[in-house]
Amino acid sequence: MTQFKYLDAMANITLNVNGAARTVDVDPSTPLLYVLRNDLELQGPRFGCGLGQCGACTVIIKGEAVRSCTRAVSSVQGAEVTTLEGLSRNGVLHPLQQAWIDEQVPACGFCQNGQIMTAKALLDRNPTPTDAQIRDGMAGTLCRCMTYYRIQAAIKRAAKVTA
Amino acid sequence: MTPFTQIPRHIEEAVEKSSATTSRRDFLRTSGLLVVSFGVAPLIQGDAISAAAAQGATAGPYPDPDFRQLDSWIVIREDNTATFHVGKTDCGQGTGTAFRQIMSDELDIAYDRTSVVMGSTDVTVDQGGSGGSDALQTDGWPMRRVAAEARRVLLELASSRLAVPVDQLNVSDGVVSVAADASRRVTYGELIGGRRFNVTLTGNNIDATTGIAKLKPVQQLKMTGQSPRRDDIPPKVNGSLKWAVDARMPGMVHARNVKPPVAGAKLVSIDESSVRGVPGFVKVVSKGNYVAVVCEREEQAIQAARQLKVNWQKPASAPFPASDDLHKYIRAATPTSSGKPVIVGNPDAALAGAARMVEADYEVPFQGHNSIGPAHAMADPSNDQLTIYSNDMKSYGLRNGVAQFLEMPRDRVRVVWMEGPQAYGRTAADDAGFEAAFLAKEIGRPVRVQWMRQEETAWDTKGPAYAVKMRGGLDAQGNLVAFDYDARAADYNHLGYNEHDTVLIAQLTGMRRATPASGGAATPSEMYAIPNRRMTTSVVSLPLVWETPLRTGNLRDPNGPQVTFASESFVDELAAAANADPVEFRLRLLTAATDDDSGFKRARSIAVIKAAAEAYKWDARPSPRSIGSGDILTGRGIAYAYRSQTVVAQIAEVEVNRRTGHVWVKRFVCAHDCGLIINPEALRRTLEGGMLHSLSRALYEEVRFDTEKVVSVDWRSYPTMTHADTPASIDIVLVNGDPNPNRPDLPHYGAGETVCKPTFAAIGNAIYDATGVRIRRVPFRDERVRAALRAARV
Repeated sequence: MTQFKYLDAMANITLNVNGAARTVDVDPSTPLLYVLRNDLELQGPRFGCGLGQCGACTVIIKGEAVRSCTRAVSSVQGAEVTTLEGLSRNGVLHPLQQAWIDEQVPACGFCQNGQIMTAKALLDRNPTPTDAQIRDGMAGTLCRCMTYYRIQAAIKRAAKVTA
Repeated sequence: MTPFTQIPRHIEEAVEKSSATTSRRDFLRTSGLLVVSFGVAPLIQGDAISAAAAQGATAGPYPDPDFRQLDSWIVIREDNTATFHVGKTDCGQGTGTAFRQIMSDELDIAYDRTSVVMGSTDVTVDQGGSGGSDALQTDGWPMRRVAAEARRVLLELASSRLAVPVDQLNVSDGVVSVAADASRRVTYGELIGGRRFNVTLTGNNIDATTGIAKLKPVQQLKMTGQSPRRDDIPPKVNGSLKWAVDARMPGMVHARNVKPPVAGAKLVSIDESSVRGVPGFVKVVSKGNYVAVVCEREEQAIQAARQLKVNWQKPASAPFPASDDLHKYIRAATPTSSGKPVIVGNPDAALAGAARMVEADYEVPFQGHNSIGPAHAMADPSNDQLTIYSNDMKSYGLRNGVAQFLEMPRDRVRVVWMEGPQAYGRTAADDAGFEAAFLAKEIGRPVRVQWMRQEETAWDTKGPAYAVKMRGGLDAQGNLVAFDYDARAADYNHLGYNEHDTVLIAQLTGMRRATPASGGAATPSEMYAIPNRRMTTSVVSLPLVWETPLRTGNLRDPNGPQVTFASESFVDELAAAANADPVEFRLRLLTAATDDDSGFKRARSIAVIKAAAEAYKWDARPSPRSIGSGDILTGRGIAYAYRSQTVVAQIAEVEVNRRTGHVWVKRFVCAHDCGLIINPEALRRTLEGGMLHSLSRALYEEVRFDTEKVVSVDWRSYPTMTHADTPASIDIVLVNGDPNPNRPDLPHYGAGETVCKPTFAAIGNAIYDATGVRIRRVPFRDERVRAALRAARV
């Protein structure tokens, strides 16, 4: 388990989130997740385990799907952070989000932030994944409503649009 | 809030435009529903939390909406839109969509001009929230009846307005017109928009609520049977939805619990100085063995809870056996209670006289809900009231339980229901909701509490462990003549529905019921006609009854997977002993003429099993098949179940890796009959999810513990199904096996839990078909399967 050492000192940290510079005054060792949620009031990334095991807190940093619950906020200063809220462009949903609606993927939907953000990084890396590559690439992102079958269908649907 | 608890924006705008003289808030205030509740939170556009908070200072008390007033159920606006208020919660199965479908059909208004408000205790009647897969089976009826009554009243109003008898009027999509002259018309909005119905309903209880209008024949329901898309999905995929985890308000603080390190430990002392230096530290709150730390920021509370030094005293004796010894313990224990035996014919004589007797023991461990998001809630204690922002599937029970727990008048407590990670029974014991309320009252500030992953996985409520002894007798022709089922469940002190003296904080703070809930073990609910049958059940208690992480609660069909694993696997064993095809063997057991309702049930069971076999292209042969020579062995297995008029049959096709023991369910076929289907696409997804959840439980899930604590505490130690395990294909066959399928009163039964019953057995039967090895304990993890194959020299 990742242990964060909380320092007494607060510090001004500037983040670049969804294209906007945001400065927060927090302990630099604070996991990014709590800053995104509680200081920037973003609702896409969610706490699922705090251990980097489930993916509910996933954001994209430098093209990589990153678990924000185990990443200190100080380590992402200056890097472009994209959350679920930042995927749409000019009010148009990202093809993955649209595919999620078209396939009616979510049950409760709590994990779907991580599913969509992980799929985004996957398609950016490999625009035409095989079924096996999708299963493998998504395997670490958990869903307890077990919507996996529909998620995989939605990724394939989105890949046809983005590839 | 969810779109279900919000009026769609276009409707809001229309209301604003159309009511120049009546502001929305005034409308709400004067509408029937809101006569009791000024400016209801879920109806306010925008940030429902701050809206509710802003009202919190002035609003309240919060009496129960009167279910005998039509205005408590339906509000119609001047722009001819309707909002339905129902006392259910949508746990992600699309029930809110289905409610709109059936109510708009009965009301005769366009579906897309409706919205639904669910689950918040001050603005919806108490229909119990979610549970028992009864959303449509039970609660759909009063919803349909009140909508039909509203239509009747509106037609009478139109009759007066247009001076034409009701029987000479037509109504469609909220517009009433004269049959002889369609240009003479009036909308529902014009008839009553912004005003109350003031119609009193009848019925001894909420389920029985009715007006005097008749329901439509199901053939006239236009939206029923269609699959409108769920309106809650877009905000769930674009990040705009405010969930219960997002509830925050000014002055709010964060709490984290500090649990006893071993079960049954007593708090001796707390060294508060160990956390005073944590930035943002507010307070340590403790009562009995309940301990929580409160800080200004969330990460500070997490850190303080980790850092707090607490001196605990271990219990004198072990609270439970280790998980490896659990079933031995269950079989040897003296039961705390036994169910009334079910006996048909003379099972002992039939077993003694059988040409062949088969015996087997089946075991299911404790399994957890393990919600993807741990327990959480936020409570606001402003104005000597409590408003709890919660994802509780049974929000009404939470409200009642908290009022009792904190000795507050019920009408000073309300629960605002919001979406959350669903856990299929977990929030029926809403620990975090009670804790947030308790802490908010203690601190006098809004408190948000959330459990950590290890805490949730260790301490959430568990589905009971089972040990089942089965015996069966076949005659010389291979007919099943005797069936003996004896189940023991570790289910003593089963938690109920948010009763104030059952949730964990109640136990930890020292509350004790005089008599713990007796719990229960269930019996198979298939419809087989077996001439001699005995079914006995008993419950056993673990040594530690209170304050235990092995407390049992309702987990998605609370006993079904356990019971059906034993019974439907054993029926397969009997079929194999009779050298019969498993489908044919079951159909034979269902082909029996009886005068009672079982004939109806058997006809529907046969239809479903045949539909599954046909979809799979099942070729009749006994199991096991001849074992292949490669590493991958394939096989198929069927299992069937019946629950509360819903029938399901599943066929699993598996690949078993002979070398590693890994099982992959490559294909699932599921045939399902729940009567009248409201929304086929939502139903398909619900069935898929239920089957795969059960697949996860069948292959991976088991609560592990030593003799003092749970040791499976995260996703590594309590594994779950992942993307990699997804079947290559899932075929759902929706069946209407009613002997009179076109009757106008075709009922809507339940869906959601029945589908969880047969999966363990279907997979186990498929493993047997593939390998010839019968594994009588779940989960079928690689190491267990590998060991079983090696032992059998496969």
